[in-house]
Amino acid sequence: MTADTQQDVKGCAVVTGASRGIGAASALALAGEGWPVVVNYRSDGDGAAEVVERIQREGGRATAAQADLTDPAQLEQLFDGAEAEFGRVLVLVNNAGMRADGLTPQLGRSEWQPVIETNLSAAFHTTRRALRPMLRARFGRIVNVASVVGTRANAGQANYAASKAGLIGMTKTVAVEVARRGITVNAVAPGLVETRLTEGIGNGLADSIPARRPGTPEEVAACVRFLVSDEAAYVTGSVLTVDGGLSA
Amino acid sequence: MPTQVSDEAVEKVIFDGLNEIGTDGEISRSATFEDLDVDSLDLVELAQIVEEEFGVELDGDSVKDVKTVGDVIDLVVSRAP
Repeated sequence: MTADTQQDVKGCAVVTGASRGIGAASALALAGEGWPVVVNYRSDGDGAAEVVERIQREGGRATAAQADLTDPAQLEQLFDGAEAEFGRVLVLVNNAGMRADGLTPQLGRSEWQPVIETNLSAAFHTTRRALRPMLRARFGRIVNVASVVGTRANAGQANYAASKAGLIGMTKTVAVEVARRGITVNAVAPGLVETRLTEGIGNGLADSIPARRPGTPEEVAACVRFLVSDEAAYVTGSVLTVDGGLSA
Repeated sequence: MPTQVSDEAVEKVIFDGLNEIGTDGEISRSATFEDLDVDSLDLVELAQIVEEEFGVELDGDSVKDVKTVGDVIDLVVSRAP
């Protein structure tokens, strides 16, 4: 028995937090593979529109969809809308994330809670929603954008590190639950990547990266594209580190 | 609109659902899920089908003791609005 290939299934990809950075690059990469892409964003409508425009200019299909994924109703609406426009959601990239840094004594509930909610809880709830059609389709790809900070210390990011470590744990367990249905669940763990999210934390850090430079969103998106591809059908529950050797 | 919930309607949806999911052996009310080689993930799918058809939510706790196809039919009928 061979696994279904992507040509056998019809559906679309949802990329959360795709108005810029790694999410935008992932949306572009998946569109390049022929997936219709729902470009989710929370606040940067202009950024999302630009991503959609670029995809369409390159001959792909895409639509922008505003949704704050910490709100259950908006999350449901995102998937309902995606299904109405492009059919079943068979690829999910959980990329939406935020940081609110500070040393632990200074991290209050208002820094802890939203980071956990956005980076971890929202990813669980999108995963749960996405699995329904994937189980029926006997095909699915979920890629969670974690971080090297999920497995390696970074002072000032206890909340962010906890959320990303949680994401990695979730990735592995969901992966084994659904593996027999042709659904893969993996994570990518970027190191320092030049995006708006990492603005201001790169200074001086580049010297500690063996590759002597930050990564680009496109370099992370290339890994997302691989994990979504037919070639990666036997890769599940894994964490692909993309960090220029930082955590080696 | 949810389908009108009669015993026969539930039986049909569950038999059809099991057919779609794929089972070993003949589907009947007395058949056990073990006989049919229906695993926990299959039951999750069946629960989804039931929820879509009848609006009856079958959470993990409520299906953990079901043994036969008839058990699930009875459960859905008893919970139907």
